[in-house]
Parts: sequence; structure tokens; C-alpha cells
Amino acid sequence: MAALLEAKGVSKIFGGLVAVDNVDMTVNKGDIFGIIGPNGAGKTTFFNICTGFYTPSQGAIYLEGQKISGLPCDQIAKKGIARTFQNIQLFKYMSVLDNVKIGFHINTRTNLFDAIVHSKTYKNDEKIIKEKGYAILEEVGLSKYADTMAGNLPYGVQRKVEIARALALEPKILLLDEPAAGMNPNETDSLMQFMLMLKEKGHTITVIEHDMKFVMNSCNHILVLNFGQKICEGTPDAVKNNEQVKEAYFGKGIIAARGTN
Amino acid sequence: MMDKLKGFYVKNKIPVWVVLMVLLVTMPLYVSAGNMRIVCRIMLYIILAGGLNVISGYCGQLCFGIAGFYCVGSYVQAILMKTYNVSYWLALLPSGIVAALIGAVVALPALRMKGIFLGMITIGFSELMRLIALNWTPVTGGAMGFKGIMAPTFFGIKMGGASKYYYIFLFVVIAYMFCTNRVIKSRVGRAWMSIREDELAARSLGVDAKKYKILNFMYGSFWAGIAGAIFVAYSTYVDSTYFTLDEGFNVLGMLIIGGQGTLVGPIVGSFVAQVLTESLRFINVWRYVVYAALIILMMWVRPQGLIGASGSILAGSKAGKKKTKKAEKIVKSEGKEA
Ligand SMILES: Nc1ncnc2c1ncn2[C@@H]1O[C@H](COP(=O)(O)OP(=O)(O)OP(=O)(O)O)[C@@H](O)[C@H]1O
Ligand SMILES: [Mg+2]
Repeated sequence: MAALLEAKGVSKIFGGLVAVDNVDMTVNKGDIFGIIGPNGAGKTTFFNICTGFYTPSQGAIYLEGQKISGLPCDQIAKKGIARTFQNIQLFKYMSVLDNVKIGFHINTRTNLFDAIVHSKTYKNDEKIIKEKGYAILEEVGLSKYADTMAGNLPYGVQRKVEIARALALEPKILLLDEPAAGMNPNETDSLMQFMLMLKEKGHTITVIEHDMKFVMNSCNHILVLNFGQKICEGTPDAVKNNEQVKEAYFGKGIIAARGTN
Repeated sequence: MMDKLKGFYVKNKIPVWVVLMVLLVTMPLYVSAGNMRIVCRIMLYIILAGGLNVISGYCGQLCFGIAGFYCVGSYVQAILMKTYNVSYWLALLPSGIVAALIGAVVALPALRMKGIFLGMITIGFSELMRLIALNWTPVTGGAMGFKGIMAPTFFGIKMGGASKYYYIFLFVVIAYMFCTNRVIKSRVGRAWMSIREDELAARSLGVDAKKYKILNFMYGSFWAGIAGAIFVAYSTYVDSTYFTLDEGFNVLGMLIIGGQGTLVGPIVGSFVAQVLTESLRFINVWRYVVYAALIILMMWVRPQGLIGASGSILAGSKAGKKKTKKAEKIVKSEGKEA
């Protein structure tokens, strides 16, 4: 299996706080790779490093063996990393379809002059965007919301719109930050099915999630962070039975509250 | 009422356009020469407010300095025509292009600054342009400016005077509307709007925010420059007093009244502002107080402007809530079906 996304000795220090501490990670092609850990463990910060929102204080990120840390985040998106946000960052005042259309930015070429003269490039781009945009909405089950303003939808649906928008980038790897937050059990379940379907289609996904059932049933490999450090890594079963993980979680009482599966 | 109008327009698109075009083209026949001057002013400000609309309306870059670009376009046209004897028609495009290039320079701080801080920079820029125009006497004519800038001839017809020059204004307004309509409905316009709505999210999708902010400033200032270029041959003279900060705020005021981030906003805003200040001439300077009060009122009750959709980002939370309720209803009823 080929390593797609790698982190080597990555740390991030905010003032005196070590938010991410010397973390190594290897995501292989075709993985659904889970990242779990108590609140404040550094998961989102780690994603922000992978996507170029932060530069690592130490270490580096590699995509298909090529170093990407240090590049601005729009460049990293062009290289093939798409993401969603924990606190949903949709274009709230735009329609769902327009949100997805912007997702096609890197896969289209139209410039100012193409737009003014309606050149071949423009026509091609708009055709592709329309066809593929509707296809993605169909796939995610959002067709009926195509013309609804994104900000007016319930959170569960907004999360799906964000995934649809990220898929429009046709990324090599998709990073999802707590995609099931705000979803009811039914929605969570269908999200899981959807992720497995994406995996079937050859997508690679890294997902941060607090819902243990979701993580244990969908991920083939899990990394556990606590206070910025990797405390454990392996298959769902290995992680479930790891003493340190239990300690980290029972200490916070999260597993007890949510139920382990 | 807006919806009804829109419905009517959608159903009768072609006839509406034919009637509109005929009315526009024949306007000097049924409007007095005096009133044509007001029409020309409306059109001038449509182009200026339109240029600003692209910058602050579509890309969310706060700009108080549109008068600076207007100034650049005016002077480039005047200098090319008077100092270098370039023909009116040949000077137009360079005037817009120089304004656009300066727009790119002004955009550079916009890459680091946002909101009111960017606004302050554009104020400084605008004043800088005016002061250069006032003090660089060998090139700009200093306080005297340029006089006797002649309107062009077009197939032997002298385009001087409001009733004839009107057609040049009309042409540029149509060109602006045509181009901008196409640009904002393309990948470029969507990139601008995504930056306005959420720059971080836009960048996470691969939108090169720097590049598109610069392009945005260039496109908007190009039109302000063109407005300046056609203005100088209309007024036949130009000096630095036309390009005060007041003028920049005046244009912004029109845009706010009409509706930022909408195509028709600058048209409505310019029309309302001119008609209001003209029809209130009998109360003298107090008409500007009325105009200012109108701007404040608009910011208060309808920040999205007369034309702006109640669901736009500018409408803020007030309108947002209403729409959310509507959407919740949709979602609920759909939930029942499922
Ligand atoms: N920009 C920042 N500046 C300073 N401290 C930060 C910054 N971003 C995150 N932190 C801190 O880093 C730590 C890790 O935060 P992070 O958001 O990565 O945690 P998380 O694992 O995603 O938590 P959660 O499960 O609550 O989302 C926290 O203590 C947080 O306060
Ligand atoms: Mg987080």
C-alpha cells in the first residue's frame, strides 16, 4: 500500500502550549483513517497543519512523498487535500449549488476574459460544473436543497453540504473534522454508509470524530491523541483494548457518557 | 412587489428589453436638454458606483477611495488628449488600464488588511491622488487643471453637449453591465463572492485569495477610470476639486441606497440620489442633509439596499431569521414526507 499523507514528527506550539507534540502519521491510499481523543487533544490543530492553515513548529507533512507543509493553504488544496470544518464554514448566504460550484474552482480554468466573451473554456467549465455539481448533490442526497440558502439548513444537512463542496475538488484525500456532530443517529448512520461508499469508490478519508460507534465501525485504522501526543495507534480492536486510551477517556468520562458500542 | 416585477420580467424578457432599448436610444427626443444633463450625471455615477460595487459589493473589500481611481482615469485621458494630442477614442482604454494598474497597487495592502483598516488605506490613497493632481503642476496643470478638452466626433457628428454625449455614457453603461453580469456569473465572480463570504473557507477550496483580490480591485478601478476618462471630455475641463473624499463617500452612499452586490443596485442608487438632490433644489444645501439622512435610514432598516435580497449577507441577522423560519418549514414538511 502506498502512503498518501504522512506526518513526520509534527509539533505545534502556541505560546507556551504544546497543542500537537511530535506526532507521526501515515495514511495509506484507500484508508478511512480515524483520529480520536478527548476535547482539546489537538486534533483540529493537527488538521490545520495538514491543510496549511498553520505551519508546523517542528516536523513536516508530505503528500505522496512531496513536502507540502509551508505552502499556503490554497496551494495545498490544489495538490489534492480537501477538508471540512468542525464549526461548519459554508458560504451561508449562497445556495447549496453555488457552494458546490465554488468547490470546482481548482478544476476549472475560466479567467476574466473567458467570462466576458463566453469563450470555449467558459462554456466547457460551466457545463462540467453543472453536470458534476448536480451529480455530487445527488450522491450526497442533497438535490432537493440545490437552491436553498446553505445557512438556512439544519446542521446535519450543512455538514453534508460541506462534504459535497469538498468532493467537488476531486481531492486525493478528504479530511473531515467531526462530520457527525449535530446529526441524529439516523443521519450519522447514513453518513457512515456514505463514507464507506466513498471508500469503495477509491477515496481516502481521514476523519476526526467523537462518536465511538461511528469511528469503530467505519475506520480501518485509528490514531489516538491526548494532550497533543499520540498515545496509541492501530486497528479499532487494538485501540478499544488499549489501557492508555481507556484512561484518557474514562478520565474525561466521555466513553461512559456516549457508550462504547 | 419585487417578486411580481421579476415574474413579469421573466415572462416577457424580449419585449421588455426591446421597449427599454427603444426608450433609452430615443431619450434625447423626448427629454429636454436640461434634463439630459441630469440623465448624463446618473449614468456617470452608475459607472462609478458600479466599479465600487465590484470591489466592495461583490468581494467585500471596503473602499472609500473610488474617487482616486476616477481621478486617475480623468487625468490620464486629459493628459493624453491635451499634452500628447492622442485622439479621444484611443485614450479611453489606456485611461482605464492605468487606473486598473494603480488599483493593483492599492490592492496589495488589502492582502494583509481587512474591513475598516483597508478602508483607511483607500482614504489615504484617494487623497494622495488628489494632491498629486493638485501639485504636480508640469504634468497635471496644477490648480488650473486642463481646459478645452473637446468631445470627440463620431462619423462626422460632434458628440458635444448632454443630448449627444449621452450616447457615449449609454454605451459605457451597457458595456459595464454586459461585462460585469458575465463576470460575476462565472468562476471569477464566484471566487470573489466566496472571499466576501468566508475567506478561510475559500482558500481551503483552492481559491487564491491574493490573486483574486488584486484582480477584483483592478476590475473595479478599471471602470472608475473609464468613468473619469469619459467625464473629462463631457465637462470639457478638469481640476483636482472634482476628486475629493466627499465624492468617494457620495458614490458609496449611492451604492448603499441601491444595494451592494447586486447588478441593478448602482443604477437604482444613482437614480435615486440624482433625482432626490435635483428635485429638492428648492431647499438648497438642505437637500444634502436629506440625502445623508436617507443613507443612514437605509443602513438602519435595509442595509442590503433597495434592490438587495433580504437573504444577502448584507441584510444581516434580521432578514436571516425570517428566512430560517421559512427553510425550517420546508425541512419539516419534507421530513413528514420521508
Ligand atoms: N490558534 C490557537 N491559539 C492558541 N491556542 C490554540 C489555538 N488553536 C488551538 N489552541 C489550543 O490547542 C489545544 C488543542 O486544540 P484543538 O482545537 O486542536 O483540540 P481538538 O482536539 O480539536 O478538540 P475538540 O475535540 O474540542 O475539537 C487547545 O488547548 C486549544 O485551546
Ligand atoms: Mg477540534
